[in-house]
Amino acid sequence: MTPIGTQPKDFLLSVEGLTVSFDGFKAVNDLSFYVDENEIRVIIGPNGAGKTTVLDLICGKTRSTAGSIRFRGSELTKMSESQIVLAGVGRKFQTPSIYDDLTIFENLEISYPKGRSVWGALTFKRDQAVRDRVEEVAEIIFLKDRLHDNAAFLSHGQKQWLEIGMLLIQDPELLMLDEPVAGMSVSERIKTAELLNTIIKNRSVLVIEHDMKFVEDIAHKVTVLHQGKILSEGSMEKVKSDPKVVEVYLGH
Amino acid sequence: MTRAPSFMDRKDLLALAAVAALLLIVFPLALDGFRLNLVGKYLTYAFVAVGLVMCWGYGGILSLGQGLFFGLGGYGMAMYLKLEASSVENTKIQSTPGIPDFMDWNQLTELPWFWHPFHSFPLTLILIVLVPAAFALLIGSAMFKRRVSGVYFAIITQALAAIATILIIGQQGYTGGVNGITDLRTLMGWDIRTDSAKFILYFVNAILLMGVICCALFVRSSKLGRILVAMREKEDRVRFSGYSVANFQIFVFCLGAVFAAIGGAMFTLQVGFMSPSLVGIVPSIEMVIFTAVGGRLSIFGAVYGTLLVNFAKTSLSESFPELWLLGLGGLFIAVVLFFPNGLAGIWRDYVQPSIDRVFRLRSKDPTDPGQNVAKQAASMPAE
Repeated sequence: MTPIGTQPKDFLLSVEGLTVSFDGFKAVNDLSFYVDENEIRVIIGPNGAGKTTVLDLICGKTRSTAGSIRFRGSELTKMSESQIVLAGVGRKFQTPSIYDDLTIFENLEISYPKGRSVWGALTFKRDQAVRDRVEEVAEIIFLKDRLHDNAAFLSHGQKQWLEIGMLLIQDPELLMLDEPVAGMSVSERIKTAELLNTIIKNRSVLVIEHDMKFVEDIAHKVTVLHQGKILSEGSMEKVKSDPKVVEVYLGH
Repeated sequence: MTRAPSFMDRKDLLALAAVAALLLIVFPLALDGFRLNLVGKYLTYAFVAVGLVMCWGYGGILSLGQGLFFGLGGYGMAMYLKLEASSVENTKIQSTPGIPDFMDWNQLTELPWFWHPFHSFPLTLILIVLVPAAFALLIGSAMFKRRVSGVYFAIITQALAAIATILIIGQQGYTGGVNGITDLRTLMGWDIRTDSAKFILYFVNAILLMGVICCALFVRSSKLGRILVAMREKEDRVRFSGYSVANFQIFVFCLGAVFAAIGGAMFTLQVGFMSPSLVGIVPSIEMVIFTAVGGRLSIFGAVYGTLLVNFAKTSLSESFPELWLLGLGGLFIAVVLFFPNGLAGIWRDYVQPSIDRVFRLRSKDPTDPGQNVAKQAASMPAE
């Protein structure tokens, strides 16, 4: 296994030489990047650059062909999806992934980090701590007065918030968001930015986003992907003025 | 009204009371011994249907092989009863006395090893639950850990039911072959063929069924029940919320298997035999149809669906035997197309609202405390 603490500096997440090939096509090719504690990193890039695949690889949805992903010293590429979650990685999907037939309360409760085994789920008690936490999160995601409605009745933007809330209740150290404001109205977008600003405290966040205004608002550092490789990395200003980035992405 | 356990709300309690009234009072009073025994037989299928509600309705796992588990439970009980019926003095005309008659006919001279545990009744009861659970665990682990699901899983379970039938028929000396295990007489010295025994067994069966229903209600109301629904809808979201989806699928599949096995054992006790005709593809699919007709999301609907289809089967197949299978297929298609939530859906969409309307009208009337409504609601509730 990988020795721990061999690096000069301990990053929260170290991705090194990550490669995945689908039938010979390398969707992610020898990718390396590092995310610090409490850092907000935005990944941008044209369609097909491999952005979502990177998140899939980190959370275990896709298995890498080569390379390593270390999170707090543990090698994620060898862990199951649920182990990766328990290690502290949370993932929001691109299209809102919520449970339509359950109420908003129940949606949030399922992500409450207790009773995740079969036995634990059978004996799980909805105690005051759970109720308080669910209500607290519901308030943050603007859904407090809809706790007992079925999630199916929410608007697209509200569904996105609900899923963000589900991650929030899970309290991951690394939060990965795939296009959190896609398909939202302007007012929803503003509220979402506000929401993200509240929840990113005390954790690292990895965001994929196309909305450059939004990216500028939240990003500490930006990584530009193109054809599975890093095209450019650094502050927003640096990336924006990089001629290669302008040519393949921003120029469009 | 006494306080309901926390896993049942008022509606569940009413529905349970209605089922109890129907099974424990109405049927025993209204039906003669023969018909009551027939209903008892139908109710053994309801165990399977309740299991399918959990497995298919809630968990989204369609098993077309529940007959396998029904059979495992039924054969377990049959093996015990057969051994008791095959005492040395009962079988002294055989060339090897003390073994079941069909073994003797097949030139077996010794009881096969897997029959030995069934000399003991407590051990038999344990095995009736444990063997199907172990099988389900094995099948479930092999399938769900590899993320086999949906139609592929359904086809594999159907194949397993077919294999089980072929094995039972092929291994005549060990299983009784196509005839099954017949000529069962006593349970620990108590003759199960008498009318009074059948009457008592009917009640044992009905009460066990209520126990299974309560167990299903408990699972449904736990967080596990909600995780099942969540898995059915967005399996990946559950997985990436830190759950091992496969373990939950295995659990609910095992639960369905155990329910089916208890039904199978009660079938053997009430009907007096067990044969491969109850294990294969056709009975397995019939059980899915009972569930669909009752409403695959309704634990109580499963009981009504099973009873209704079987009453229809008995009366129609007596008059039009060749049309019955076609009718059954047509019924399944009709339910899936027009009433995807089965009887329970019809109840919820058409009957319940009018009851609620009456309830609202009545509750405005100060002279009526709303008791009539409770009675009406109890007459045929679903979910």
